Amino acid sequence: MDTKEYIESGILELYVYGSLTEAESAEVAAMAKKHPEINAEIIAIEKSIISLSSSFSPFQSVENYTKIKEKLGLNETEVIPMTPKKNWAAFIGWAAAILLLVGIGFQYTQLEQSNTQVVNTTNEKAKIEKELKELAIKKVAVETTLAVIKDDKNTVVALGGQTVAPESSAKIYWNKETQKVYVDASGLPEPPKGMVYQVWALKLNPLTPTSIGLLDNFDTNDQRFFAVSNTGDAQAFGITLEPAGGSLTPTMEQLYTLGKV
Amino acid sequence: MSQDELLVLIYKKDEKAFTYLYDMYAKSLFSVISVLVKNTEEAEDVLQEVFIKIWKNIESYNESKGRFYTWILNIARNTAIDKLRSKNFNNSQKNLAADNFVNLLEDSNKLVNKVDGIGIQEFIKRLKPKCIQIIDLLFFKGYTQQEAAEELEIPLGTVKTHNRNCINDLRNYLKV
Repeated sequence: MDTKEYIESGILELYVYGSLTEAESAEVAAMAKKHPEINAEIIAIEKSIISLSSSFSPFQSVENYTKIKEKLGLNETEVIPMTPKKNWAAFIGWAAAILLLVGIGFQYTQLEQSNTQVVNTTNEKAKIEKELKELAIKKVAVETTLAVIKDDKNTVVALGGQTVAPESSAKIYWNKETQKVYVDASGLPEPPKGMVYQVWALKLNPLTPTSIGLLDNFDTNDQRFFAVSNTGDAQAFGITLEPAGGSLTPTMEQLYTLGKV
Repeated sequence: MSQDELLVLIYKKDEKAFTYLYDMYAKSLFSVISVLVKNTEEAEDVLQEVFIKIWKNIESYNESKGRFYTWILNIARNTAIDKLRSKNFNNSQKNLAADNFVNLLEDSNKLVNKVDGIGIQEFIKRLKPKCIQIIDLLFFKGYTQQEAAEELEIPLGTVKTHNRNCINDLRNYLKV
């Protein structure tokens, strides 16, 4: 049979539709096996009718496919065994978390220690700086004292102990050029509370005392070295113990030291 | 994938065979079922039943008797007609003739392929009424040539060639 005529007869369409009898279908199947052009024609017809029918397939619920697979028991293969993997991952996770916590704890302690050290160091540094400052101040005072003492333009007047305090002594450094007067009171005992030493410049004929200063803050002045006022032309110096604030005239009963220029 | 390649996978009991089978034919079969069983839920039930039958009876398919697609198409049509009969449609075939597959197109909200299918749907609307009728009866409703000739009141000998011409129009449009 001429294959072209066979194809044109329209039997292949009916074969795909399934509207032929069993015998007719078997015959077409045999022909298709024998003639590749017939087989190709059948495939083309099938493709076109599947396209046609698929093109307006009504919407069907998504679950339908799942339901069919379930009914056929085809779902088991898709279950991925997760449990062992999960446990392992969880263990690693917990271990990592614990390590991290311990690590953070350790770091925190270290930080605390470092902070304390920093604070301590800062305190020590401040203390040392303060001491250094005090030393510097002391050094300046000592240098000043030393400069005054060493100055050869000084007139040094040694004051000897009197009746009230025979053991005491003092020195007056009197620079006539600069008209500055210093008192070295290191030979005097500490004054009782509420009392203060007062320094007097004396003229002898007639005896005229002039106050040239108080030795205030006696206990805090480490060197017992005091600057006092200018004397003009003193002939002698005396130091008396007076009530705090000083007196207008010296209390002669409390004359500790006295010396002539 | 071709029918032959699919069959190889099915016979090998390949895990993905069912998925391919479903992807290739579910839409086509669902249209055929929906032309016969109008209610969507019932049509879905029928489709489930059809795929279960295909899968369980796959060994009984015989290549020398016809195409695989024809085999599953027959299962779909027969299962749908059984569903109609079970609902006491006495004269199911005559009832079916009252409307055709183009009605599915008009209920366009139901369509799954609104975008993909839009071109071919326009084509179907322009098909000659004779073509719509003959494809509807022979393909969708599974009429024999004799039954179709009677329904369409045309000579039995012209059914095949009429249908052939209509399918050729479709193939020209689809370029297959």
